[in-house]
Amino acid sequence: MLEPFFRWCESTLIGRAIADSVWAFPILEAVHLLGLCMLGGALLVVDLRLLGVGLTSQPVARLARYARPWLVASVIVMVLTGIPLFLSEAIKAYYNTSFWVKMCTLPVALAFTFAVRERVARRAADDPGMTGRIVGAVSLALWFTVAAAGRWIGFS
Amino acid sequence: MIERFLVWLGETPWSVALLESLYVWPLVESTHVLALGLFVGTTVMMDLRLLGVGFRKVPVTAFTGRLLPWTHIGFMVMTVTGLLLFYSQPLRYYHNLFFRIKVLVLLLAGANVAIFHNGVHRHAAEWDRDASPPRAARIAGAVSLAVWTVVVVTGRLIAYNWFDCDIQPQPGWVNWVAGCPVGTE
Repeated sequence: MLEPFFRWCESTLIGRAIADSVWAFPILEAVHLLGLCMLGGALLVVDLRLLGVGLTSQPVARLARYARPWLVASVIVMVLTGIPLFLSEAIKAYYNTSFWVKMCTLPVALAFTFAVRERVARRAADDPGMTGRIVGAVSLALWFTVAAAGRWIGFS
Repeated sequence: MIERFLVWLGETPWSVALLESLYVWPLVESTHVLALGLFVGTTVMMDLRLLGVGFRKVPVTAFTGRLLPWTHIGFMVMTVTGLLLFYSQPLRYYHNLFFRIKVLVLLLAGANVAIFHNGVHRHAAEWDRDASPPRAARIAGAVSLAVWTVVVVTGRLIAYNWFDCDIQPQPGWVNWVAGCPVGTE
């Protein structure tokens, strides 16, 4: 049902231009990876703290507030590079299980991070307790799945 | 001499098995990529603090004391998986232009770490809580961001064979940097 849409995606000007270029895909991929680095850092600083390790001398709310702009920036970079990467090989993506795993997990991870985790982190006391631990672990698990499935798109 | 060793290394049974494996090589590669989030990610957060643009009220020693162990774990994972990837195709990587640039810049990154920890960080107690750390610390943060960016980008580009020795002709400097034995056959 969605296949015509994916075909259309690949036929777009941007999709064709990237697929026809030698450098465009690798460069976009490299920037996508740089985004992943910053995303990983911005997530881990808060998630580790929620898990009771890392920057334990700092209030969770403060770390979350400081990490937020970098988290948002990295998500923007990843989306802005991810979409053109997708457009250049949309049909391959359509038939790729990893792609669907990633695309199903990604909205969950985003919603969990900006709705649930954000709220927990803002209200957390010095010891985020069991709730904090669970939220930190779920966040890491969700984003790990997104990243691992993302990497696996290229292998399958 | 090095080449003969690398040829031998690449012909060892484990090297061949790793390269030809259906799942092990991709798993090692994926671990290498995902560990970036841990290693470079935590490094970048500390660099932002050193530059005075992020986490301005968090003491620098909180980063170097409590977050750095996680950076170290990330580094160990990167090193082990990186060496395994190299082991799977030693000669190819040895002559890969991007691999050579990456290794060179890795050395610069290591020098930057050494200079920072043996230099301005020794007196970290004096500027621990400064929103904007001293010049030397800011430089260390900026250099770190720059070198790790180059390492990540060149690392990703190793996968492409554009400048491999068997793809000729190439500009002279490419063959020189990649150590391609062109015109000697």
